[in-house]
Amino acid sequence: MTDAGGFRIVAAGDSALVVEFEERIDPVVNARTVAFADAVQAATLSGVRDVVPSYRSVAIYFDPLRTAYDALVTTLETEASRQVPETQGSAAPIRIPVCYGGEFGPDLPQVAAFAKTTEDEVVRIHASATYRVFMVGFVAGFAYLGIVDERIAMPRHSTPRLRVPLGTVGIAGVQTGIYPAETPGGWQLIGRTPVKPFDASRAEPFLMKAGDAVQFYAIDRSEFDNSEFDNHQSPITNRQ
Amino acid sequence: MNLRVIKAGMLTTVQDRGRWGLQSRGVPVAGPMDPVSHRLANALVGNHADAAALEITLLGPELEFEVERVIAVAGADFDMTLDNKPVVMNAPFIVSAESRLRFGARRLGARAYLAIAGGIAIPPTLGSRATHLISALGGFEGRALRAGDVLPLGDPAHAPRRTAPALTESLVPLPDRHARIRVLPGPQLDYFEPGALDLLQSEPYVVGQNSDRMGFRLSGPRLPHARGADIISDATPLGVLQVPASGQPILLMADRQTSGGYPKIATVISADISVAGQLGPGDTIQFAVCDMREAMAALIAQERALMAIETLDT
Repeated sequence: MTDAGGFRIVAAGDSALVVEFEERIDPVVNARTVAFADAVQAATLSGVRDVVPSYRSVAIYFDPLRTAYDALVTTLETEASRQVPETQGSAAPIRIPVCYGGEFGPDLPQVAAFAKTTEDEVVRIHASATYRVFMVGFVAGFAYLGIVDERIAMPRHSTPRLRVPLGTVGIAGVQTGIYPAETPGGWQLIGRTPVKPFDASRAEPFLMKAGDAVQFYAIDRSEFDNSEFDNHQSPITNRQ
Repeated sequence: MNLRVIKAGMLTTVQDRGRWGLQSRGVPVAGPMDPVSHRLANALVGNHADAAALEITLLGPELEFEVERVIAVAGADFDMTLDNKPVVMNAPFIVSAESRLRFGARRLGARAYLAIAGGIAIPPTLGSRATHLISALGGFEGRALRAGDVLPLGDPAHAPRRTAPALTESLVPLPDRHARIRVLPGPQLDYFEPGALDLLQSEPYVVGQNSDRMGFRLSGPRLPHARGADIISDATPLGVLQVPASGQPILLMADRQTSGGYPKIATVISADISVAGQLGPGDTIQFAVCDMREAMAALIAQERALMAIETLDT
């Protein structure tokens, strides 16, 4: 697995195969991972139940009694060997409004102290980058975004909070993300968005998928409270 | 056309085969802890294998049927009465309108499945009626049933087959507080010291008190990591044994998260998932490594037994 073309296929029990690419968190490796997952998904192989990309690997879940195993492995090898086109991520970023700091971002002062700068500067840094959705996991609609500027890449809390409210935006090292439900969580909380990353009742339940580009922009508290971000419609309306 | 919950039992949830196909969006699969008994219960009443049934945990509920239906209960061995008369497991029987089904003492296993001809007709969420408790998704309002809940029942005319005759015993070998569970090595065996797989099999692990539908926290021989306890987060299959820094494995079950960041030493074979699902806190597991041939032979045997019941023409 030293050359850029390297991959290996590992069994995870009798009903899953994992195709692993280079072992690092890297946009290029992840682009290859997501492209491979999309290709396997598009192949609609009989017996395959789920295709799940993560940072640098893709799990293929299948029913071993209804899958032609050798044909599956051959398909995976073929698709994994394909060169990924250089032109990735041409789609416009999903823009997400965030009300930073205050009660919505209780860790913003600590992140500013970590970065040895002001809260405003932390917000400016966080909102100036275009992030990549490396994977979606943990809970429904939780997108792992990166790569966060090293200056504000504060590690997660050693003891997680028991309850993090829906829509809270956090940082964990070089990752950032939005809590799509009220869950426990150890990330550094810097703000909150009125947009729901996940809503099962919405026409398109998921705001983000692996491979998407995402930008944040600051809104103030009155904009947050009066926000007309229509969570009942497709989040596509929030794309620009 | 309703089912009324008089007493909920310890943890009673609506489960179909699970919410497959959306793990790439972080949506957990959920579904039955003992998929074989779930499928058997549905087969006994002539339902499709994916029909929604009740999963009943440790302490059973008391239920009232507003309408006549054919029902069956499979899995953990409970005493049951219908209007105070005993009824048996692993066999279809008729409940008349206004009759009450009560679960009593439990002898073996942890989870039973109650299937009703026509299924439970709650609206699906993201294509499935399975309840995922942590995220409050699917099932009946995303939660375990409570006294007073009223569940709509499906039309039994939509059940595709006729009912099957009674079985003499459970299809899943019900563990008596201890089970031998077979595993295949990997997917991250290379993250552990060379002797770790032997340690895993050296003595039984105890299922912790804080174990649930998400996973069983196990205590037993410590499994030493060779390259630290962190991996780049990746997908977490059903039955995988992930090992955090403590060296004590966690067996991931039906409500597992879609991804995780701990190395995974081994994975329970599909044929033994149902036995694992019949364990509860305090029970013990002896792990045994097997090969793919044994895993597939066991799965095929299990499938034959289930299909024999599903295709019965009585």
